Amino acid sequence: MATLAFIVADGVIYASWLFIVAVGMTLVYGVMRILNVAHGSLYALGAYTAATMVGVWFQRGYAPLGSFALLLVAALLVGVVMGLILELGLLQFLHGRDEVVVVLATYATFLILEDVIQLIWGVEARPAPQPYSLLGTTSVGPLLLNNYDLALIALALLVGGVGWWALTRTIAGKLLLAVIFDREMAEACGINVRRVFLVTFLIGSVLGALGGASTAPMISVSRGLGVDVIVLAFAVVVIGGLGSIPGALLGAAVIGLSRAAAVHLLPQAEVFAIYLIMTLVLIVRPYGLLGHERLRKV
Amino acid sequence: MTGSPVLEVRRLTKLFDQVVAARDIDVTIATEEVVSIIGANGAGKTTFVNLVTGYTHPSGGSIRFRGQELVGLPPREITRLGVCRSFQVPQVFSTMSVLENLMIAHGLSDRGRGAGLSALASRDRVEACAELLSVYRIEAYRDRPAALVPQGVRKLLDIAMATAREATLLFLDEPTSGIATEEKFAVMDIVMAALAERKATVVFIEHDIDIVERYGRRVLAFHEGGILADGPAADVLGDARVREHVTGRRRA
Amino acid sequence: MPARDRTGAALAGAFVVFVAAGFFLPSWAVSLVILSLARGIVALGLVVQFRSGLVSFGQALFFAIGGYAVGLAGLKLRLTDMIVLTVIGVAAATLLGAGLGFLMRRYREIFFAMLSLGFSMLFYGLLVKTETLGSTDGFNVPTPTIFGARLSALATRTLLYDLTVAAAAGAALGIHWYLGTILGRLDTALRDNEVRVEYLGYAPGRVIHVQYVLGAALAGGAGALTAMAVGHIDPSMAYWTTSGELVFVTILSGTGSVLAPFLGSLVFGLLQTYALQYAPSVWQMILGVALLAIILRLPGGLWSALERNRARA
Repeated sequence: MATLAFIVADGVIYASWLFIVAVGMTLVYGVMRILNVAHGSLYALGAYTAATMVGVWFQRGYAPLGSFALLLVAALLVGVVMGLILELGLLQFLHGRDEVVVVLATYATFLILEDVIQLIWGVEARPAPQPYSLLGTTSVGPLLLNNYDLALIALALLVGGVGWWALTRTIAGKLLLAVIFDREMAEACGINVRRVFLVTFLIGSVLGALGGASTAPMISVSRGLGVDVIVLAFAVVVIGGLGSIPGALLGAAVIGLSRAAAVHLLPQAEVFAIYLIMTLVLIVRPYGLLGHERLRKV
Repeated sequence: MTGSPVLEVRRLTKLFDQVVAARDIDVTIATEEVVSIIGANGAGKTTFVNLVTGYTHPSGGSIRFRGQELVGLPPREITRLGVCRSFQVPQVFSTMSVLENLMIAHGLSDRGRGAGLSALASRDRVEACAELLSVYRIEAYRDRPAALVPQGVRKLLDIAMATAREATLLFLDEPTSGIATEEKFAVMDIVMAALAERKATVVFIEHDIDIVERYGRRVLAFHEGGILADGPAADVLGDARVREHVTGRRRA
Repeated sequence: MPARDRTGAALAGAFVVFVAAGFFLPSWAVSLVILSLARGIVALGLVVQFRSGLVSFGQALFFAIGGYAVGLAGLKLRLTDMIVLTVIGVAAATLLGAGLGFLMRRYREIFFAMLSLGFSMLFYGLLVKTETLGSTDGFNVPTPTIFGARLSALATRTLLYDLTVAAAAGAALGIHWYLGTILGRLDTALRDNEVRVEYLGYAPGRVIHVQYVLGAALAGGAGALTAMAVGHIDPSMAYWTTSGELVFVTILSGTGSVLAPFLGSLVFGLLQTYALQYAPSVWQMILGVALLAIILRLPGGLWSALERNRARA
């Protein structure tokens, strides 16, 4: 019974992290049909920037709780700056080209950014554990939960909730949905698709960076961070359905819980389980659990 | 009926949700007949061809080709049995040359298990295809990529590819659409002569009634998914209902 | 046809030159050529798939299968003959490719890419947690022998080099012949108009299946050769970054000729050696910039630049 509690707790925490990371990627794909491999770099940049800022903050002895705001600032900074650079400097020149070619271009960008990160921050790890212990812990039955983890869950729910509300209840959100469903039609109705693209990409980038910034205090911020993250985010997005935000939530939950179950019950299957699920979903429902088939124009 | 039945369609029906695209169609076509299908847009002509050639599956009914049931077979199987078609919008390999397009069609018509691994551009094949190109009068374009030739040439290429195989039953979907009016007869002469020599059975969809009158010995008039009239050209074209729903009233 | 003769003659010439060079090149160069040619063999398979508009982001699966087949055959079956081991690598990969092909043939574009990635990461996940295979560290491959004889290190290396050159030339020749057949030409036809292929009486899925198995066989052989050359195998052979590198080489090379992937792979290998020596911290950046340059400016890869120069000459 205790094991089940551990699995659920671990799973939900991991799922929250995965969701924050992956939701930006699926949003960008849904609107722009771009599978952005460089999303992993945004994550890494967010983590490194946050770690550096937090490090300086605590060195200067400022109020500890302010470091949380720093995490958000780091995410915004990285997301907006990198988002602008990527969209205006590269992606806008690739609109209309084959999807796979665009993926390769984002892969190239990822490679470049990996080295940029290394050049700026070097090869040693940048730990920033201070915020993690600030909030104390909570006891729930056999579990001793760190309140930071709980805050992460809350953040994921917040992102998901705000995202859902914004998409379905605001006009801007409806515009986004229109572009997701049919870009040409949306354009024909007078929607400025270029602007929608830019805004979407910025939001997606900020979310990716937020994933990194919010988890920087709990992980080892070191080389190769982006490489492992991107393929996990990819699995989440594929399972949930490319372009579906509720799908990202479902995908994150599925991966989070299966990984937690594997870690506690069958550790050899940890990595295997994730990709097994992804492959099975692709075989049985290629558009993902919550995605839908795009109608082919004949 | 001139000979044994080649195509027997019984109670063929196709529903797209509430839309009845094919309504209880009954038709028998015999060997070496030349049949013309007419009807307004949306009457179900192309749907009929799509059903027979396997592009869509019927909601009910049967389609027998020389006694064999076609319903449920994929298009490639149906093609291999001897039912070929050309398309309203020519379906060609856009980046390959006109000659190559035809060579692929020719190459795929080879029977035999190892046929796929024979050379594409063997001398025999190049000759045979160059010959076929000149039959259709498009040999001047042989080395041009198919995307870069005039629409009419692409149309003829599409038909030539459909006829590369020794087809028993050939469906031509609007063979003269996209071809200049003054050339329509010339084109149809070529196509029909080539097919008559093969002793093929031909069914063509046409909007141009002059073409229908000249080449179609029998006419099927479609209307709202069903067959309105079926018989010799003169009879069908003179039928009052056909005049009302399909061809329009003739000037006196 | 003149073009075909040129490729055959070029291959024959290259074969002779490379084998001869094997006796004179310093040992680091010999290793570089072996690894580059092996990589080129994998890329050759990717080139064929690319002509149909398909990109596999998981070719590392078969590459790793080839490598691990060699390792296991050496460990469990005590097989060390380099030719036998290469055949085993090819066979194992071909078997898996034939099986998976039934599934892969139904997918196109980005789904094909994603599913191929899925299978390769699945294998990686299996390898990385399997203690008996050394987990993340992998294990060493025993020195290969030839016809039962264990020769000196230098002789073994030279023979492995010759085997690789022969394999590369053979693969190139084989694929060149294949691309001249009806089935081979169907790849471009498929990309242009799948409906037409179906209506001419051929199953489009079969074309993809055949290509997939070819790619698997080539990758498996290359993996076997690489494992023997490096003397060590580990799960990174199956990681997505390996697949990424292979795709990179394919794009870099272009699809214009069966010689292109080998040219591209050698260029890549040289670049990698020099970059890792003089500028290791910007190696990935160089790769990324090169890839972007190709995508934006030279979509036909290096080979198309070569052809343009030749046309101008």
